[in-house]
Amino acid sequence: MSDNAVAGVSTGPAEDDVLAELTAPVPEVGDGGPEMVQLLTPEGQRVENTEYDHYLDGLTDEDLRGFYRDLVLIRRVDAEATALQRQGELGIWASLLGQEAAQVGSGRALRPQDYAFPTYREHGVAWCRGVNPLNLLGLFRGVNHGGWDPNEKNFHLYTIVIGAQTLHATGYAMGVQRDGAVGTGDPDRDTAVIAYFGDGASAQGDVNEAFVYAAVNNAPVVFFCQNNQWAISEPNERQTRIPLYQRARGFGFPGVRVDGNDVLAVYAVATQALNAARSGQGPTFIEAYTYRMGAHTTSDDPTKYRVSAEVEVWKHRDPIERLKSCLVHQAKADQGFFDAVDGEADELAAQVREGCLTMPDPTGDSMFDHVYVEPHPVVEAERREFAEYHAGFATEGGH
Amino acid sequence: MTSMTIAKGVNNGLRAAMERDPKVVLMGEDIGKLGGVFRVTDGLQKDFGEDRVIDTPLAEAGIVGTAIGMALRGYRPVVEIQFDGFIYPAFDHIVSQVAKMRARSLGKVRLPMVIRIPVGGGIGAVEHHSESNEAYFAHTAGLKVVCCSNAEDAYWMIQQAIESDDPVLFYEPKRRYWDKSEVDVSAAPRELLKAQVVREGADATLVAYGPMVKTCLQAAEAAAGEGKDLEVIDLRSLSPLDLDTVASSVEKTGRTVVVHEASTFLGMGAEIAAALQQRCFYHLEAPVLRVGGYNLPYPPSKLEEEFLPDLDRVLDAVDRSLAF
Repeated sequence: MSDNAVAGVSTGPAEDDVLAELTAPVPEVGDGGPEMVQLLTPEGQRVENTEYDHYLDGLTDEDLRGFYRDLVLIRRVDAEATALQRQGELGIWASLLGQEAAQVGSGRALRPQDYAFPTYREHGVAWCRGVNPLNLLGLFRGVNHGGWDPNEKNFHLYTIVIGAQTLHATGYAMGVQRDGAVGTGDPDRDTAVIAYFGDGASAQGDVNEAFVYAAVNNAPVVFFCQNNQWAISEPNERQTRIPLYQRARGFGFPGVRVDGNDVLAVYAVATQALNAARSGQGPTFIEAYTYRMGAHTTSDDPTKYRVSAEVEVWKHRDPIERLKSCLVHQAKADQGFFDAVDGEADELAAQVREGCLTMPDPTGDSMFDHVYVEPHPVVEAERREFAEYHAGFATEGGH
Repeated sequence: MTSMTIAKGVNNGLRAAMERDPKVVLMGEDIGKLGGVFRVTDGLQKDFGEDRVIDTPLAEAGIVGTAIGMALRGYRPVVEIQFDGFIYPAFDHIVSQVAKMRARSLGKVRLPMVIRIPVGGGIGAVEHHSESNEAYFAHTAGLKVVCCSNAEDAYWMIQQAIESDDPVLFYEPKRRYWDKSEVDVSAAPRELLKAQVVREGADATLVAYGPMVKTCLQAAEAAAGEGKDLEVIDLRSLSPLDLDTVASSVEKTGRTVVVHEASTFLGMGAEIAAALQQRCFYHLEAPVLRVGGYNLPYPPSKLEEEFLPDLDRVLDAVDRSLAF
């Protein structure tokens, strides 16, 4: 029954629970409503949309196949990381299962000079920015707090405090304005910033303050909310009384809901919003309506708070199957392509596994590095004490 | 030499830093046309424009959170928190982000930002306007915490804090804002993180910072009339602490009283006392004593004179130390 439970955590529901779930009515599962921008139906049929279709004009068949490849590879990396956690190689993992299209669609709409501020689940965006997936694992393995240079790929470190990064993104965008990198018409200069967060974060004061600061400064920032329906165990109705995208109006900028499992719609909506930011039209709020197919993290057990029937509904909206159907219908990819992508995904997963298992542990004295830029007497004194303490064992052993 | 107030010292220091480095921007509530509620940024928006002296929405987490983003983009934001008691909405960003970003990034990211906080009581204000919360931040690795006590330090220390590549909390003693003293704008400044012996003496050492430096100097003056020769140290930097300067003084006098407005329990005095007993154990003639605010919520202003350390409470502690 609990096929959404992650193996190894739940000992399985008691018999009464099984019966209760079998006889429970299928829950009402929101479909995003008529306002939601969708360019591909869950069956992979193209839906015409006069406002957004033209954002896809520049996409070649190669690009579409590239989206598919991104979706498959990042899902495979995610599955490998979940397995590594189950095998004790990672302390925890936050899976993006189900949210691949929201992340790839927005990630691929970014230009090199744009800057992304992620939560801790944006593995798909990291992939699009060119961050080595292996680098994401250090944090979850406990080797570091973030193993990449944010300025190398314009992808900030994962932020764990919920919503805090929306303010950092807004401030960064205010810096972009002061650099004169907005509204120049130069496609290589005009810069947008994108802040990722979730439906749970929408309740945070920081997020609401970020909306205010972005609005009054007309900052070139896109607020990209992946509404995956669940903030750990709390459903949308514990976070909001109105659809999230409608909140933007109250802050004074546009809000749009997009089918977060439709990579083409996300790409189109994100492109529109990023263009607006780069050209000086200020912020946009995007609510990518999606679903967290797995647990919040590997420490979570969603069978305690949601029914599998809901998960089943969302399985039919799967972002990868939808794009695959479209590519097949439109004869833009053949079985050889799909097989090749699967093969590449397995290779990538093997590399990630190998890299994880051979990742060196940090040395003890490295924790004293990088606390301050300038020399600090307390840090240096404690570094010496630490070294002397450990050297003491070596001396004792020598006797 | 020019005579100026502490407020003007900070103002002139900010101006000098902004003239030197176009990446220096000021952010805060009412700091533009109004020049801040204490007028510390008076005239700066007029001269440097609204892009560099930014009137922010009234939300402190937002001010510090966006300042972090500005710093990530390569700016050197100087944030003004209007009153000490209003820093708490920004506490999360300061402790969880500002302090930790460099270590988190393995040294890849710098956050060269300054957070200015008018600190302390004695101005007859309503609640939340008279607090001394420096110990919270001094307790947090990754931050530097400094406090000026006179116009010359105000002028130089704010510039040094802005030049620092590490984030600095910069405390300004609000009840002393209008105290005047001489500033030599052409002399080489003292090091930012060094304490200063502001009065030499042989019998006991008073250790203070910010608003209590003046109180301690007055106490030393009064004690001199009774034949007691007190040394006074202005710590200037609270994190890191310049314990070398304090320890050399204590090794000379053997007696120490630490004075601050903040509550004594787990305050700066607790750390200084612990450090001195480790470093100067055989030089101490008496236990290190502390004079500070009582361990209470800051009281209504009619009671603040009884809550805050004053000349008499300092001298009382000195007498207890000398009698030990």
